[in-house]
Amino acid sequence: MRTERAGWSWLAAALAVLVLAQGAAAAEEAAGAKEGAKEAGKSGADWQSWHANTNVTDMPSVQRGARNFVSYCLGCHGLKYERWSRLGTDLSVPPELLQKQLLPPGDKSTDYILTTMPSKDADSWFGKTPPDLTLMARARGPNYLYQYLKTFYVDPSRQTGANNLRLPATAMPDVLSELAGLKRAVFRDDMVKGEGGQFIHQQVFDHFETLAPGRLSETEYDQFVRDTVNFLDYVSEPTQAARRALGVWVVLFLLVFTWLAWLVKREYWRDVH
Amino acid sequence: MAVKTASGAPAALPAGATAQPGKKGFWAWLNRRMPLDEFIASQLTGYYAPKNFNIWYFFGSLALLVLVVQLLSGIYLTMFYKVGEGSSFDSVEYIMREVDYGWLIRYLHSTGASAFFIVVYLHMYRALLYGSYRAPRELLWLIGMLIYFALMAEAFMGYVLPWGNMSFWGAQVIVNLFGTIPGIGPGLVEWIRGDYAIADATVNRFFAMHVALLPLALLLLVLLHLVALRQAGSNNPDGIEIKEKLGPDGHPLDGIPFHPYYTVKDVVGVGVFGVLFAIVVFFVPTLGGLFLESPNFEPANPLSTPEHIAPAWYFTPYYAILRAVPDQRLGALLLVLAVALFLFLPWLDRSPVKSMRYKGWMSRTALALFTVAVLVLGYLGLQPAQGLYVMLARLFAVIYFAYFLLMPIYTKLDPVKPLPERLTYHAH
Amino acid sequence: MADHAVVADEEVDLSRRKFLTGATIATGAVGVAFAAVPFIESWSPSERARAQGAPVELDISKIDPGQMAVPVWRKTPIYVVRRTPDMIAHVTGHDSELKDPKSEDSDQPEYAKNTLRSRSEEYLVLIGVCTHLGCLPKQRFAAGELYPNWPGGFFCPCHGSRFDLAGRVFDGSPASTNLRVPRYSYPNPRTLLIGEDEKGVA
Repeated sequence: MRTERAGWSWLAAALAVLVLAQGAAAAEEAAGAKEGAKEAGKSGADWQSWHANTNVTDMPSVQRGARNFVSYCLGCHGLKYERWSRLGTDLSVPPELLQKQLLPPGDKSTDYILTTMPSKDADSWFGKTPPDLTLMARARGPNYLYQYLKTFYVDPSRQTGANNLRLPATAMPDVLSELAGLKRAVFRDDMVKGEGGQFIHQQVFDHFETLAPGRLSETEYDQFVRDTVNFLDYVSEPTQAARRALGVWVVLFLLVFTWLAWLVKREYWRDVH
Repeated sequence: MAVKTASGAPAALPAGATAQPGKKGFWAWLNRRMPLDEFIASQLTGYYAPKNFNIWYFFGSLALLVLVVQLLSGIYLTMFYKVGEGSSFDSVEYIMREVDYGWLIRYLHSTGASAFFIVVYLHMYRALLYGSYRAPRELLWLIGMLIYFALMAEAFMGYVLPWGNMSFWGAQVIVNLFGTIPGIGPGLVEWIRGDYAIADATVNRFFAMHVALLPLALLLLVLLHLVALRQAGSNNPDGIEIKEKLGPDGHPLDGIPFHPYYTVKDVVGVGVFGVLFAIVVFFVPTLGGLFLESPNFEPANPLSTPEHIAPAWYFTPYYAILRAVPDQRLGALLLVLAVALFLFLPWLDRSPVKSMRYKGWMSRTALALFTVAVLVLGYLGLQPAQGLYVMLARLFAVIYFAYFLLMPIYTKLDPVKPLPERLTYHAH
Repeated sequence: MADHAVVADEEVDLSRRKFLTGATIATGAVGVAFAAVPFIESWSPSERARAQGAPVELDISKIDPGQMAVPVWRKTPIYVVRRTPDMIAHVTGHDSELKDPKSEDSDQPEYAKNTLRSRSEEYLVLIGVCTHLGCLPKQRFAAGELYPNWPGGFFCPCHGSRFDLAGRVFDGSPASTNLRVPRYSYPNPRTLLIGEDEKGVA
């Protein structure tokens, strides 16, 4: 028995160290995120620690995000696994409003949300077909999407005239520049550890410089992106809110059941010596 | 049971007993036709198990529970899943979004797969701790290892079915490993795939094997496993045989009837497991990408490899060993050896005692190092194969193999502690 | 104390044991019942089936008088007949030959529980599935087509059931109820909407 106890103490110690390390790292990230939110407008140097902080139960936000998506994204990107009617029910949009404001003319409410852009044309225009976005929030994560939409910058060397920090050499043009404005990325020369293990010279991102303001202010655009990413988080798993709600009851029930089972066990095991 | 005279005619009931219709009659009717009472008497109320089972002894019954969960959720998934290059991925999203409670059935199955390996690994670890693979339980251990192999095949094939990008590339990498077999390798790979690359033919046959062939094999093996267990009787944390000390009634002095004591205790285990399982299913089904990998939310793309190809977490120790070796063929061989060495444990372990409680410092150190090695290799298998990671993988692979290969030596040299006369037990 | 592992204490409270065991088993049974719900519910028509079963619109101005259109609703043929005044007249006068002339045992919405079994005189809307065993009845609209007194209606080739121009079943048919009427409505005079009425979607 002493062996097992010693083993357990080691395991507990190891787990404690891991938990503390994770906690410290998380605290660092959170601090970085807070700093990032403050500094975002100014420099953007900490863009890799920006968090989307999605909340799919924030219904107004998800509704705004849906409207943003239909206005700015649906032209190229589809949501082929989601039906309009599902959107309407989950986001509490009455059918008349769905018809008038969101549904493209000619589409039935039970149709899937498809983009009108023919994929063959898209290929020749952009070099690759704009991907369907239904599951993008699960495939890359909301933070990735948030960072992607906030780190476009002007790059005359590219065919689209734009580039992106999150996805360098992205095929997508900066379609939101009308809202976000235009910005330039300033790089500096730095020594970075390359993949071979040696230190090499590399251009490292330093900060953004605003070239022209957009129709939205910094805060307004940030909210725009958060709403849109929130919506994409919802659409990647529409059942998530119901899942968590049901889970509370299931876990409570199982705790009660386990407690009863334990009382029975203790009762019978009084016999054993 | 109904009492009969020598001629087979029903005897008169004992004085005072009344003929009762209903359940007693029906029960008697059944018992004449199926050995129910005999089963209960021999396997439940009359099967004596050691009284000192601790937490490590829950995982056998939990493994059986997870098997049932997988069978139930799996059968239901096949009612909605449509196998095929062009339909698999879409049908999984159909289940997640359009089938009532489809999302729950899917998460039960994906969480259950990982839960199966957690439970089975802890179950196997118990055997390493207490020498449950030693005589007379070698066959029990071997059958268990066959279950483990079948489970690995089942999980591998199941993972291909959603036809996500990781499904495709994981299958590509693992099936290509068979190509390292000298001579027949390349032909074998094409034969397994049924095509020149992982394709429709591959996912279709994997579906058939995952749904029909391997579950049947698993059920048969589990049955044999239970029969072998009941024949030899359970081992226990002290590693001494309770059947050697029988009481005047013929039962082991340190044994207790499986029913009601262990049936009741196992239900508590089920409850605790259920709580943890439900927390994952309902609140963190992807478990940060460990139980459901992010790249698999993108459909299979033969023209685009995910940034980091890694197998599911339960295969990563072996994957780390494979990548630690610079030679592809030797790496594959060592991977197979890493799994196969478990089979030889009953004969590698030369200690005069079974349980780690009475073994000496050499065996304890070896097991501790082995445990650390498996955990570290598991972590390394998830990382890219570069620089420091590869060096560490080589180091810990050596430790991993040393545990097995040096065992005949250190178990013989180890100073052991004297065994107790009777089981050590503290009331709880 | 005896050397055995199991010694029944004198203080063993059997009633407490029974109560706790009973409570645990009862709770477990409740849990199993709740756990069965998702599995049973998953068999209900999925979102896709419900979407495909959405109400169907038909432009009835395109049907010629005396003709029948057969749109499909919920994977079932719907008979939409534009009855001529002559056909409407032939619906009456043979109530004694019908099994259920007042549609008391048959399946139709309240607005179709009349002689003509429809919301409007001109258009007949029926579920085109024989109420005997499910074959699709064939149209025999011309009077006298089947036999001299035949007023016009439907004839099912599988087992010989006959129905009039309001879908009512004749005596001597294996079918025992009139052809079923789905829920429907007219959002405007040119359009028939099958599967939806004032009460909502069927």
